[in-house]
Amino acid sequence: MKGNLVIGLALTALFATAALLSFVWVPYDVAAIDVAAKMQSPSTAHLLGTDHLGRDILSMLMTGARTSIAVALVAVGIGMGLGVPLGLAAAARRGGWLDELIMRANDLVFAFPSLLIAIMITAVFGAGAVNAILAIGIFNIPVFARLARGAALPLWQREFILAARVAGKGPARISAEHILPNITNLLIVQGTIQFSLGILAEAGLSYVGLGAQPPLPSWGRMLADSQTMTAIAPHMAIFPGMAILLMVLGLNLLGDGLRDALDPRLRRRVT
Amino acid sequence: MKLLRIGIFAALIGVSGAIAQARDSIVVGLQLEPPHLDPTSAAAGAIDQVLYANVFEGLTRFGPDGSVNPGLAESWTISESGTEYTFKLRTGVTFHDGTEFDAKDVKFTLDRARDETSQNAQKGLFEGIEAVEVSGPLEVKVTLQAPEGNFLFNMAWGDAVIVAPESIGDIKQKPIGTGAFRFKDWVQGDRIELERNPEYWGEPARLESAVFRFISDPTAAFAAVMAEDVNAFPAYPAPENLPQFEADPRFQVLVGSTEGETILAINNKMEPFDDIRVRRAVAHAIDRKAVIDGAMFGLGTPIGTHFAPHHPDYTDLTALSQYDPALAIQLLAEAGFEGGFTTTLKLPPPSYARRGGEIIAAQLRAVGIETEITNLEWAQWLEEVFRGKNFGLTIVSHTEPFDIGIYARPDYYFQYDSVKFQAVMTELNTEQDPAKRSEWLAAAQRVISDDYVNGYLFQLAAITVADARLRGLWQDAPTQATDLTGVYWEP
Repeated sequence: MKGNLVIGLALTALFATAALLSFVWVPYDVAAIDVAAKMQSPSTAHLLGTDHLGRDILSMLMTGARTSIAVALVAVGIGMGLGVPLGLAAAARRGGWLDELIMRANDLVFAFPSLLIAIMITAVFGAGAVNAILAIGIFNIPVFARLARGAALPLWQREFILAARVAGKGPARISAEHILPNITNLLIVQGTIQFSLGILAEAGLSYVGLGAQPPLPSWGRMLADSQTMTAIAPHMAIFPGMAILLMVLGLNLLGDGLRDALDPRLRRRVT
Repeated sequence: MKLLRIGIFAALIGVSGAIAQARDSIVVGLQLEPPHLDPTSAAAGAIDQVLYANVFEGLTRFGPDGSVNPGLAESWTISESGTEYTFKLRTGVTFHDGTEFDAKDVKFTLDRARDETSQNAQKGLFEGIEAVEVSGPLEVKVTLQAPEGNFLFNMAWGDAVIVAPESIGDIKQKPIGTGAFRFKDWVQGDRIELERNPEYWGEPARLESAVFRFISDPTAAFAAVMAEDVNAFPAYPAPENLPQFEADPRFQVLVGSTEGETILAINNKMEPFDDIRVRRAVAHAIDRKAVIDGAMFGLGTPIGTHFAPHHPDYTDLTALSQYDPALAIQLLAEAGFEGGFTTTLKLPPPSYARRGGEIIAAQLRAVGIETEITNLEWAQWLEEVFRGKNFGLTIVSHTEPFDIGIYARPDYYFQYDSVKFQAVMTELNTEQDPAKRSEWLAAAQRVISDDYVNGYLFQLAAITVADARLRGLWQDAPTQATDLTGVYWEP
């Protein structure tokens, strides 16, 4: 199962590098429009061809990777930053009213189809990368809250926690110092999966015009733009589609590989 | 004998096959669905696109070439002074609900449209009317405050179609007109069905029924035409697909002219656009050819003023605002914007706006003007831009015929307030002499071009993709209409 990890890491690293590289160098300026050079097939001048406004697709994919990764990363950050403390608090007060409140609020958010609500949020507060981040981020909160609570609950019965309580540590300190380090591996794995879902969600929102706004390139919008031209310029659809596919595939493989590598129970079984 | 029988049999099959193929219905695809069905109380062109000439008729009507022809008025006389129009109405015309059409309906329609509480989107058309008199059962006398050269033209608009007091209550859901087609059904969000009016006063429609299907997504529109789910698609939204249709013998592609002046509208009251140098800089920063090639795949005629190039009085003023980024930068510097500035660019859904917007944003960026692009749906655009006037720049096509008069309205969304232009329009509106009118029209075009009110981009092309066997479709779009009265399938 090492293969998954390696392929996943390689794909993720590829896109991360492309995104980082785009800060300092891209083959062509993505904001420069050259209508005379529109819809060119891949060539040595434009490795992945040009789009309907003559922009270089490779450059747009690189810059678009930045948008995708930034949106997904911050959204996962929001989900972890708020969800994990909530989940830990619920676990610390298990069975109490706070636990109930947090988990029922989670259920409420869970009850709605996430992409639909994301569309609603961006439709109400205006389209744009920031609102897309918020919309995707909010739906990451219950995921992490549940995971953190579920993983923390059995830990609270363990002897080392008992020892900490006897030593006089309060629930907040125990959660932070003893519970959190023990569930980090789970959080990382879930974070990777949520990251890939975030990429997909951003592409979906951009596709319907609610994500990053032009001239900021975005994979989803590139796909949307290419829609009516697939018959005459298929490369315009294929490359952004491949980018989304490979990025999501890479993150999923990475998450899978990480789970195998980080989970001590699985490791014991393998050896 | 046997051979003969086979021959008869084959002939019969042939005949029945021919009968099955003699089609008398049509499915028309449209991108926008009307909000309701009263053309006399909304600005939405989608209403006329379905109902004009088909269900509703006016005193006069537009022909396929934009000429003004007799409609419900058979003929008319104009008094010496040019202020009195006496319309002789057609006999034997009935509304679709069976009620008679007469002079009272005309008076009702015109009085309703110019009433203070009127919801008519083009009240300007009726502003000059002083009085409407019923001078006989089928004769109407319209008195104008002053001679108005455009009066017969105005009466041909979709906003001036004749409605009846008996059916006005339900008109938004159940339109009752006098046209060659009757309204049958409206499945909201999907389609509107029309059927032939057997009691039509004129030459009956050759089609038995017509269905207008609403397909807003360009990709879906492409698929629907390709699959022959729709037989004709006027105002086809994706010009990039045309080569595919042209290469396919199943289809015909009609490219004509429209009345759609596509402009980069500038909020003239908003800083820094209240400075003519800034507006001029914007005009010089735009490369029209790139916009036309990129957004419309080459379809469209560059314009330098708000006037249709196919109009005989059109003046080519594109040279006044030719592409010159260096000059634009210099003008911005003169106006005190060496470093440029940031403004908003709000774009409605059509591809000329969305794609054109990206191109123009890049061109403006090249001279230092940064734009924040916001993509809006039509309802939002009407709310924020058209009514709210909350925008810096926007791109829109003004598809009404002969609409240079909007520049005389200071409260119009781009808020151009020029005493000089308003004076020119007043002169034009009262002028009857064709030669003098031409002069005033040239002057009007010149003034708004000199003032760089908006960035004048191009005249929108009328693109219709249709089944190759359909005949009688309009190639040009002199008004927003899908006139099906003369449409038929090639036998």
